[in-house]
Amino acid sequence: MGYLKIHQELVTEEIARNMCAICPFGAISYREGKLDIGAGCKMCRICVNKGASGVVTYEEEKVEEIDKSLWNGITVFAEQEEGQIHPVVFELLGKARGLAEKVQHPVYALLAGFEVTELAEELLHYGADKVFCYDAEELEEFRILPYANVLEDFVNQVHPSVIMVGATMKGRSLAPRAAAHFRTGLTADCTVLDIKENTDLVQIRPAFGGNIMAQIVTPNSRPQFCTVRYKVFGAPTRKEEAEGKIVQMELPKEKYATSVEVSAKMKKPKEIDIAEAEVVVAVGRGVKSQSDLQMAKELAELFGAQMACTRPLIEAGWFDARRQIGLSGRTVKPKLIITMGISGSVQFVAGMKGADCIVAINEDKNASIFDVAHYGFVGNLYEIVPRLIEEIKGGAAR
Amino acid sequence: MRILVCIKQVPGTTSVEVDEKTGVLKRDGVEAKMNPFDLYAIEQALLMRERYGGTVDVITMGPQQAEAVLNEAVYMGADRGVLISDRRFAGADVVATSYTLSQGIQKAGEYDLILCGKQTTDGDTAQVGPETAEFLGIEHIANVLKILDVDGNTISVLENLETQVRELKLMLPCLLTIEKDANTPRLPSFKRKRERRDLRPELFGLNDFADGNPAHYGLNGSPTQVERVFPPEKSTDRMMYEGSSDELGKTLADLLSERKFL
Repeated sequence: MGYLKIHQELVTEEIARNMCAICPFGAISYREGKLDIGAGCKMCRICVNKGASGVVTYEEEKVEEIDKSLWNGITVFAEQEEGQIHPVVFELLGKARGLAEKVQHPVYALLAGFEVTELAEELLHYGADKVFCYDAEELEEFRILPYANVLEDFVNQVHPSVIMVGATMKGRSLAPRAAAHFRTGLTADCTVLDIKENTDLVQIRPAFGGNIMAQIVTPNSRPQFCTVRYKVFGAPTRKEEAEGKIVQMELPKEKYATSVEVSAKMKKPKEIDIAEAEVVVAVGRGVKSQSDLQMAKELAELFGAQMACTRPLIEAGWFDARRQIGLSGRTVKPKLIITMGISGSVQFVAGMKGADCIVAINEDKNASIFDVAHYGFVGNLYEIVPRLIEEIKGGAAR
Repeated sequence: MRILVCIKQVPGTTSVEVDEKTGVLKRDGVEAKMNPFDLYAIEQALLMRERYGGTVDVITMGPQQAEAVLNEAVYMGADRGVLISDRRFAGADVVATSYTLSQGIQKAGEYDLILCGKQTTDGDTAQVGPETAEFLGIEHIANVLKILDVDGNTISVLENLETQVRELKLMLPCLLTIEKDANTPRLPSFKRKRERRDLRPELFGLNDFADGNPAHYGLNGSPTQVERVFPPEKSTDRMMYEGSSDELGKTLADLLSERKFL
């Protein structure tokens, strides 16, 4: 940990101008012969690394280091609802196993609910070494304080190194609550996870709202929390044999206290779910007008595909918001995705790069979508797509 | 009812890129705007003030320029803006940001209800609301579709989950994050703008907080660390096709049929 120190004696007008220009956040200013870093600073340290040497320095402050060997186990929070484990849990168990092997840690699942023994056994089939099970009537419905207290109790008793939570509606509400309680790190929507020898979790996600990725670690706090969306990792196959064991846990009665009452529950009608589609046709701003969507729809019908789109088209009101791919929309992992007129921002790519086969059609051969595409077609989609449809139809007639 | 809305200024575009040669972030035209999700929270607060009376304050954390979003909220109808700004808050991750906000909120006043947008368009984490509630020691509900009623100390809301919508009752004070499209946000009023043009938000820095220990803020108070930023990896085994549209259409059809997608 540390802070940025400005060495005013080295500042010349030219250096100051360069410093102001180099800061991507416009946080450096120069007034009356004094260089200043304002509250817009994101501590990216570009001024230290790329600015005139020695003008801004990063001063390390020694902090007491925690003993990481006291924190053991890669944990998956096993979200369940009405007797069903959310499928992201199995994907996370698969990932947890890979991470655990690198550092010789056990894999844990943390389950909370009412009469959930069967679910606990199911988790053993997916490779959990131990399932910690909080089974109580008060946990039948997801209510934030009792569930946060389950996480707190589990951390205090078991001292896990990592807790992975599915980035579901509940997970995104629960994980931050628990992370704040322990004042520890939580990285949302990780797209890549790895682990260092010293058990620091390497978390990669799109960052700064821009077309860049950030590698994030929690170097001096435990446990390390992260959330991962459904369909980012593949699910392991269910093993016939269930090894491992179930550990029954109990919360002190007062820890169930909450003012939240569930007065009614309404099932939503079955929603359009692009996450489950095997083939997706996705369109972006390269499509000029709403009436042009017709050809994309025609193509989608030929494949039995779901239509999807980028954020700008949602904002334009062309699509139902549930069809948006990306960080603020859905994550898809289809066998085939055809993107048309999509430039490929990191936010979008984070939601589809797990697809088995990515075909991209775009006019700009430098578009970043081609960096993730398996097959890139550089050209005018208004000509290529009709031709493609014609070919497919012709082929079917033959 | 005393209502507080937490808002954020976000980049107007997502055109931030890494210069591959120098590794420097390029942010073209750093125009900024109100996080669009926050508009629904502000509108919700204003609707509640119309129905139950009371006040609506708005708070944000950021550089001096962030006062623009506070002003926008005031022109929409909010009573008071509070800016939390201090260089010592720089480099804050989610935990440090939420803690700073919670300190600013406690300094700003006592509130019955705190509203946030469901997430921001730059971080997209949706974590700051729940973490702030934890630091304030109050309950929270995320993804609220609708506030149904307030009866004395009890509020009832509709909460959005993947497969169901739940009607929940809980005690005030609490924090709610408001779903996108929960309402239709009003536009800033020209008349209010003219009347309040000279009104500046209140400014809080670290020295105004109950906890003045700089180790709890900014980079030092952040358990996570960004080790590096880099452009997204490129797929190495890709095939690129250029040529006439006619050829490209046919090539693609052949390819899809070869891979047995047809």
